[in-house]
Order: sequence, then structure tokens, then C-alpha cells
Amino acid sequence: MNLLADAIAWIFSPDRLSGSSPLPAAIGLHLYYTFLAVLIASVIAIPLGYYIGHTGRGRNVAIGISGAARAIPSFGLILLLVLVIGVTQKPLAATIAFVLLAIPSILAGAYSGLEAVDRRVVDAARAVGMTEWQILVRVEIPLGLPLLIGGIRAGALQVVATVVLAAYVTLGGVGTYIIQGIPLRRFDMILGAAIVIVVLALVLDGLFALLQHVVVPRGVAAGRPKELRTSSTRRRAVVESPTV
Amino acid sequence: MIEFRSVSKSFPDGTVAVDDFSLVIPSRKTTVLVGSSGSGKTTLLRMINRMVEPSAGAIEIDGESILERNPVPLRRSIGYVMQNSGLLPHLRVIDNVATVPVLNGVPRKVARAQALELLDTVGLDRAVANRYPNQLSGGQQQRVGVARGLAANPNILLMDEPFGAVDPIVRAELQQETIRLQRDLDKTIVFVTHDIDEAFLLGDQVVILEQGARIAQIGSPTEITENPANDFVATFIGVEQGKRALSIKKTPRGSVLVDSQGRAQGVLVDGAHT
Repeated sequence: MNLLADAIAWIFSPDRLSGSSPLPAAIGLHLYYTFLAVLIASVIAIPLGYYIGHTGRGRNVAIGISGAARAIPSFGLILLLVLVIGVTQKPLAATIAFVLLAIPSILAGAYSGLEAVDRRVVDAARAVGMTEWQILVRVEIPLGLPLLIGGIRAGALQVVATVVLAAYVTLGGVGTYIIQGIPLRRFDMILGAAIVIVVLALVLDGLFALLQHVVVPRGVAAGRPKELRTSSTRRRAVVESPTV
Repeated sequence: MIEFRSVSKSFPDGTVAVDDFSLVIPSRKTTVLVGSSGSGKTTLLRMINRMVEPSAGAIEIDGESILERNPVPLRRSIGYVMQNSGLLPHLRVIDNVATVPVLNGVPRKVARAQALELLDTVGLDRAVANRYPNQLSGGQQQRVGVARGLAANPNILLMDEPFGAVDPIVRAELQQETIRLQRDLDKTIVFVTHDIDEAFLLGDQVVILEQGARIAQIGSPTEITENPANDFVATFIGVEQGKRALSIKKTPRGSVLVDSQGRAQGVLVDGAHT
């Protein structure tokens, strides 16, 4: 408990606002890397995922790559890219690493979102005379949006956790306190920074969860049977009230 | 007039769904393609709006080959009603009905006003306009599907087992509506079903299909009932032992028609039809 109190005291100490690495700036930098990486990854992965989801082409390749990519050790990837691209280009190398880590989830979200759309709905859209582009934009994308946001959510969480490691190659971010704290045996600092990162991840996850809920098309949400409690069989009968 | 000339369709896996099929579908009449599953009836229907491409042969609408037309405008010029309505779940009923006019560039406001009128045409309360498809009953969804099919005022309406998934009472209601619509709107309707009663009820021309879309018989319901072309047709329409196999039973008060189970189906009266 003492350590936890120390950690919280560290977070809220006025010293965090001054000095060579103030905490708000570190959080800002951390989020900057996260959003930049997720943004770039989205620009790459969403069109690719939509192409795969709409045409069905390259699906097996995409599944293989995104499956394999999830197994890549993030720390190793950062170090490898720093070595390959050069130590003078650390921000670039680290950003590329984050982007690569975010791509699989977003790609999977994009194509699985499109694949989850009822084929009969797509068939009907085509039969009434929509072009392939109109089918994509007016039918598949809106209906697949919740799964895409889910993919971005998973990708963003992975990146926000991985940016901690960027501190190892002296890029800053909240991870800096942990990397610096270990040799100094400053456990309040290490734990305090860890708590900040956890809170960041939870807030980010919460925001995405909210967004995911909001983007469910209204007609789809409207027809869904209301949440049923498995413990009560009595409500089950009542809930299925006629909607017409 | 829609004309199939020696049309064949084989799929990459080798199945031959349609083998050398020729048929003339007259304008402003209801033609029903009826057959059991695997008879290729849906494949034939979907060839008319190029949802399925024939492997060989020609298909013409009013003398013009559809295979030279761009599929997208072709499909917009033909109404299509499918089983399970095929409505877009994320759009309100009114926007579902207005889909094709909006695609054709009609301003949304105008298209919506027309869509409201179409809801009247298919016998739906205008109150459903702002609902989503999932909030409607199966029968209501099918009516919306028909309204969507009519929205661009097409000459041809393709109906692919549209009432297959609704209960018998609603189905009977929708069948009567279809007859009324055909009478009022004078469309060329091509209707696919596996239900021979539905085919006889709706069809001016009924086409009975065997496997591979081989035509077993073409004719009006009366012609087919009076003179089944072969045993397949006789069995299919049930004149041998089904509900259409009626016999006369003499009673003291006149003749009664009974089915193969011996249940009375009606009374024989003189001179009703000559």
C-alpha cells in the first residue's frame, strides 16, 4: 500500500509539471505517437481490407499475414527497425514499427466487417442496380462499421501499450519514466508511470467502445432483440413484444 | 416481350443449371416459372436482369439483346422482388422504397414523396415509412419489397419466390394484392415459385420446369389442368392423386365433387361454365 501511495503521490506531485520531462508533455507525446500510428495504419489497412472484403480476393493471404503479424514481438521489431533504418532516424523507425503492429487488427476489422454483411442484402443491392462502388459505400461500409471500429480499437490499444517501449530508444513518452526508473530503483516513479499508462489505455478503450456503440446503424440496432438476462426466464417471454 | 433463345448456363463446377432453354414471355401478362428446387427457375429469372450471365444463347427484351446493355441501368429499369425482401436494414422503409429513383438521380425529396404513394399502392399504412425493415412483420417487409420493385416504374417486374417465407394467410393476401397490382398497373411480371397452386392462381402463362430447366409444359392453368403433357406434369399438378384429382359422387340431391381422400370439395352445378 505504501508503494501505491508513493506512486500516486508521484503522479500528482507538482514536480511533474516542471523539470526536463513534465508528465503532461510525456502523455501528449505518447498519445501523439499512438494516434499518428493508428492514423497511418488506418490509411493503409482500411482500403486494403475493404478491397479484400468486397472482392473476396486475397482473403487467405490477409488472414495469414495478420495472424502471423500478431505474433511479432514488438520490442524486437522496434530494435530491428532502428538498426535497419539507422539510429539517426529513431522516430521514423519507431513509428513504422507501431504502424506495422496496428495494421493487422485494423485490416481484420475492415474485411471482417464487410464479410459480416448479409450476402442477401448485398445481392439485393446489386439486383436493384447499385454499382459495385455504391454497394461498398452505401451498404457494406455502414453495415460493417462497428467491426471496423472494433479493429481500430484493438490496434490502438496495442500501440498505446507498445509506445512505452519507444522510451527504450529515447523517444520519450510515458515509458521514459519506467526506463529511467529501473536503474534508479525509483519504484514510485515506475509504478506511477505504469498507472498513467493503464489509465490512458482504459480511457482510450472506453472512448472506442462508446464510438463502436454509436456507429451501429439504427435500423440494425432497432431490430435486435433486447438484451436478455439468462437468469430470468419470465422476462424472456415478455420482452419479445410485437413491434408492429 | 422477353425472349430466351437457346439459353444455357453451366457453372464452373460442372453443374448444368439451364440446358438449351427457349421461351417467349408476353408483355403485360404474368408468366410463372414453376418447378422443384434444382429446376433452374431462379437462374432463369436472374438472367433477365443479368444477375446471372448465360453461358450460351441470347436473351432479348423487346427485340434488343440485354447482353449488350450495361447491367447497372438494365437492373434499374427492371423491378426485382426477392425472397426475404432483401431490404437494406440500415435504411428506413421510405428510403428503401426510394432507393432506385435516388440512384437514377431523382431528388431525394421527390423520390420520398413518390415512395409514400407507393406504400398506398401496395396496401401499407404510411405510418411504417419511418420504421426500419427489422421492425416490420414478414408480410409487411414483402410489401415494402414490392413497393421498391415498382419505384422506378419499370415495365418488367421479376419476383423470385417473394411469398415463400410468409405464413399461408399473409401469403394468400399478398397473392391477391399481386393480382390486383398486375391488373391496375399492367406490368410484365415474371414470377418464380415451387408452389403449383400459387402458379395457377397468378399465372396467365405457366411454365412447368424439370431438372436443367427443361420445359415440361407451357400453357394457361386451364390448358395444363385439362391436358397435362406427360406423367411428370400430371403428378406435379396433382391431377392423379393430389387435391386436383376430383371425382363425382352421386347423392340424392345432386352430384358432389370429392377429392382422392373422399372429402367433399364442392357441388357440381350445371351450366356455370361452358
